[in-house]
Amino acid sequence: MNDTTQNEHSIDLMSVGNDGNQFLTFMLAGEEYGVDILRVQEIKGWDTVTKIPNTPEYIRGVINLRGTIVPIIDLRLRFNLEQLDYGVTTVVIVVKVVSDGEKERTMGIVVDAVSDVYNISSDDFKEAPDFGTAVDTDYVKGLSTVNEKMVILLDIDHMCNSAELKVIDSIAES
Amino acid sequence: MSIDMTQFLVTFYEESFEGLEIMESELLNLDVGAADAETINTIFRAAHSIKGGSGTFGLNAVASFTHVMETLLDEMRDGKRDVTQEGVEILLSSVDVLREMLQSLRDDLPLNHDAISVAQEQLDNLLNGSANNEREQVNTVTDSYEQGTGSNISETGCWKIYFNPNRDMYKTGNDAVRIIRELEELGEIEVRVDTSSLPGLDDIESEDSYLSWEIILKSDTSETDIREVFAWVEDECDLIISPYSGDVGDTKKSSENKPELNVAVLEKSFDALAPQAEALAARFYESLFSNHPEVKPLFKNTTPEKQQAKLLAALKLVVGSLKNPEALVKSLTEMGARHQAYGAVAEHYDVVASTLISTMKELAGDLWTSEVNTAWQDALGIIAGIMLDAYQPVVASGQQSQSTTPKASTPTKQPANTNKPATESRKASGSGETSIRVSIDKVDELINTVGELVITQAMLGQFGELEELDNSHLDTLRDGLSQLERNTRELQESVMRIRMLPISFAFQRFPRLVHDLSSQLGKKVELKMSGEQTELDKTVMEKIGDPLVHLVRNSMDHGIESPEKRIAAGKSEMGLVHLDAYHQGGNIVIEITDDGGGLNTEKILAKARSSGLVSADDNLTEDQVHDLIFQPGFSTADQVSDVSGRGVGMDVVRRNIRSLGGTVDVKSKEGDGSTFRIRLPLTLAILDGQLIRVGTEIYIIPLVSIIESVQVHKDKVNVISGRGEVYKLRDDYIPIVRLYHAFGLTADSTVLDKGLLVVVEAEGHKVALFVDELLAQQQVVIKSLETNYKKVEGLSGATILGDGTVALILDVVGLYELSKKVTTHPGLNLSSSGSSEDGDIEEIEVEEGKLDIQATNESSSNEDSGGEAVA
Amino acid sequence: MATILAVDDSASMRQMVTFTLKGAGHDVVEACDGKEALDKAKGQQFDLVISDVNMPVMDGITLIKELRALSEYKFTPLLMLTTESGDDKKAQGKTAGATGWIVKPFNPDQLLATIKKVL
Repeated sequence: MNDTTQNEHSIDLMSVGNDGNQFLTFMLAGEEYGVDILRVQEIKGWDTVTKIPNTPEYIRGVINLRGTIVPIIDLRLRFNLEQLDYGVTTVVIVVKVVSDGEKERTMGIVVDAVSDVYNISSDDFKEAPDFGTAVDTDYVKGLSTVNEKMVILLDIDHMCNSAELKVIDSIAES
Repeated sequence: MSIDMTQFLVTFYEESFEGLEIMESELLNLDVGAADAETINTIFRAAHSIKGGSGTFGLNAVASFTHVMETLLDEMRDGKRDVTQEGVEILLSSVDVLREMLQSLRDDLPLNHDAISVAQEQLDNLLNGSANNEREQVNTVTDSYEQGTGSNISETGCWKIYFNPNRDMYKTGNDAVRIIRELEELGEIEVRVDTSSLPGLDDIESEDSYLSWEIILKSDTSETDIREVFAWVEDECDLIISPYSGDVGDTKKSSENKPELNVAVLEKSFDALAPQAEALAARFYESLFSNHPEVKPLFKNTTPEKQQAKLLAALKLVVGSLKNPEALVKSLTEMGARHQAYGAVAEHYDVVASTLISTMKELAGDLWTSEVNTAWQDALGIIAGIMLDAYQPVVASGQQSQSTTPKASTPTKQPANTNKPATESRKASGSGETSIRVSIDKVDELINTVGELVITQAMLGQFGELEELDNSHLDTLRDGLSQLERNTRELQESVMRIRMLPISFAFQRFPRLVHDLSSQLGKKVELKMSGEQTELDKTVMEKIGDPLVHLVRNSMDHGIESPEKRIAAGKSEMGLVHLDAYHQGGNIVIEITDDGGGLNTEKILAKARSSGLVSADDNLTEDQVHDLIFQPGFSTADQVSDVSGRGVGMDVVRRNIRSLGGTVDVKSKEGDGSTFRIRLPLTLAILDGQLIRVGTEIYIIPLVSIIESVQVHKDKVNVISGRGEVYKLRDDYIPIVRLYHAFGLTADSTVLDKGLLVVVEAEGHKVALFVDELLAQQQVVIKSLETNYKKVEGLSGATILGDGTVALILDVVGLYELSKKVTTHPGLNLSSSGSSEDGDIEEIEVEEGKLDIQATNESSSNEDSGGEAVA
Repeated sequence: MATILAVDDSASMRQMVTFTLKGAGHDVVEACDGKEALDKAKGQQFDLVISDVNMPVMDGITLIKELRALSEYKFTPLLMLTTESGDDKKAQGKTAGATGWIVKPFNPDQLLATIKKVL
């Protein structure tokens, strides 16, 4: 990780504020991840999707969410984790993604299970080390320890903005 | 009652821009020399309305500018003035200036005073040129604002009025009693009725007036004011007004000791400061903001440069019009109203005045005498007074506008509050684009349809109350449901129609464009328009404007030849550009035809070969060659002119039209001219779709693009080296796109004769889509994939089917593009088609090189049967 | 209160007049030109008609003439909206049977003051 990204993270941390934010956490391949709860629109069970041709595998397809078309991303596939059959605990977390110069998007992410809601103060954030996990540290806002367990806080906006999707596309294609 | 007039501005701007369009197009229609009276009247009416509205809504600059135009047009209308080419040109440029003025006012930008005064001068000169006394007439108009008070005050404070209505005064709806009642408001009255003219009862005509009155009015009002009361009936009565020497009161109002403008001193001192004007402005804001930080937020919507320029313009305006008080008052009033919107309160004026004076003093040095100081202090006081007078009382927000509350000086909170009206009013005036005018017919139709829907609902509602259904009910129920279906469809159509506007909205700018371009290019061009009433969706209309302009410019610049060339070619000197619009199926077709030189096939081909767009041995039909002009970076113009060589190519035109779900192509015959044909969907929201199935997936093909569906005959499938599979349909060879292949799906069958080919057309090219099955046809509501995801090649959107699942809509044009890549290398994994290597010839050639090997591989792998089935 | 017919081809003027009159408690019906106004006036009795002069299809002067010829509108106040320069229009309007005029530009207060004269 280079200096500029570090800077970006520290700016992010600043903007979170010190009051502490609530994070919804979920399980993915044994790890616990968290997303800012304010970004979570709803949680749904897994339902069939309509596949979109010629898109990376982790885009499972689109669903009809009360009249709008919402893409569904499989987070295991997104992070190149081993694929798992969807089971009873498998859920789709519908999140709002905001990125610069673009309007708000709604997306669904498929995760193994929903875990908990924690209050995590930004003081408790630790920078993500380049720890060779599946998750690119670019998408990690920080790490936190809750009840002795590590929670990886995800930067949803960065992970799902369209530029990122495009980059991934072209990598997948070439 | 205080009414916020700005609420009407949105409508006013909207109708004024429409009025300007009308003026422009009608001016272009005017036959110089033999002008049609009705045409002039139409132009006059538009100018007249803008003037009336701008006066009413406080846009005085617009009102006075339009007034001159109106006067000119009035004379033309009355035949007092000839319609000359010069006049038309001046009026046309005035229309431009006026449009700019209105735009500036709407967007709250400073007016371009230079342009306005140039245009005003042109108009004035024209006005004074041939007809006489016009100047005077203009002046009398401004004078009339002033009349009404001041003159003819009765020394005694008492008037005697003799009022004898004519017999038929009542027939104009006037009533003597009401008039006298009104007179009563001016002062105490004493009324004597003279009934001497009353005939005998038998002779009385009940509708006539027989009475006359003598009224003594105790009032220090002027005779003019009294006459004003009788203004409506002055021709229908005998009226004598004379001072009456009854009791005398001290009525003469002494002129108060008001400070007056010391014009000479003001002008002189300002002239002395003129060379340092910019320094003055800069210094002024510097000290204003440092000494009075509380005013800073008032300027938050502007930049320092802009604001300095505004200040200078205002000062120049004020000093320049010192000798013309009415004009000064008018512009100050206007400014005051605007300042109120910015949230300025009385204190702010004091602050500004003192800062301005100290700044001027600082810069003027010794020149700043006490006389000058007093003159400016008085002047700024008067100015502030006039501007504050213009403030509309603000109801329900007393605290904000009450300048006397101590809060006014709290630096942080107050400005935040006061600024609100400014932003709001801007929002209101700037959002003019979002409204739509709907003809009453369409609304009535909608209401009728809803009425029918209610009836159907009532009919169906009965079934809810039944205990059980028997067979007799079933028929009624079925009827009801089909009625409901019809109602729904009609309702949908009616609602859609509300968004539809005649294409004349997009066409109306062209007469002017062609007029201006003709002279610029030295060409003679006649513009013909037809089908202007053809309707299309408002959104489509807004987006099609620019591509149309580009195509018309292109036709005039590259299409139509110079007069000499035309004559040499045996054509008439006058070139023709024809804009035509019509509906075809669910599409609107717009054609731009010119009778110019047409496309030069050889030249295009040479250019395309030299730039590597096509290879030397490619055998292209003439249409295919012509289509090359839509390739990026393609231009055959020897010289890039400033008309169409503006960095925007035909590729952009095509891209813009495609983004609307439309197509554009060109038909051209060398020597005879070209026709560009744009085909657009009528609406972006709904389409008639054909549902098709490939494997487990359901897709929708827009019905308009489907030509036919055919069962495959093996012997009609050919494999062309390097071009993939084609299907021979009558005389056409149509490239086949296997959808399962293009989209990476598992189909029921990969053997062509077990499925179906759906022949679709896109941009004049046909493609046969290989699918498993045709399902139902239905109307679908288009949902964007881009809202939450992104554009996907080969898809134009998605829709939601009856069961709630999502189905994707195929983008036929995109599929054709896809097919060009796909069919060239049938063995490749097709997801590579998304890469952005469109125009890169070399890479394609390399891949074509690989092609043979892959084809052999494939036939030996024996998986994909299409190719070798024939080979 | 009164029922008033407001006739003007300019939507913003109609809007303003209607808003003002409704604010003062009157019922207002709008028409965009003389023809529409005449049709509406025939279908419903108005207490007052306020009409612009310059309009397409049928102008205000013709409208006033036509209205005055109707027995229902023989004594109804008919006001026209004219501009300050329209002296000849005022005369024409009077000849046609107009009760009076309101000079443009006018503000809501002026409008209300004027109609008070005839209602």
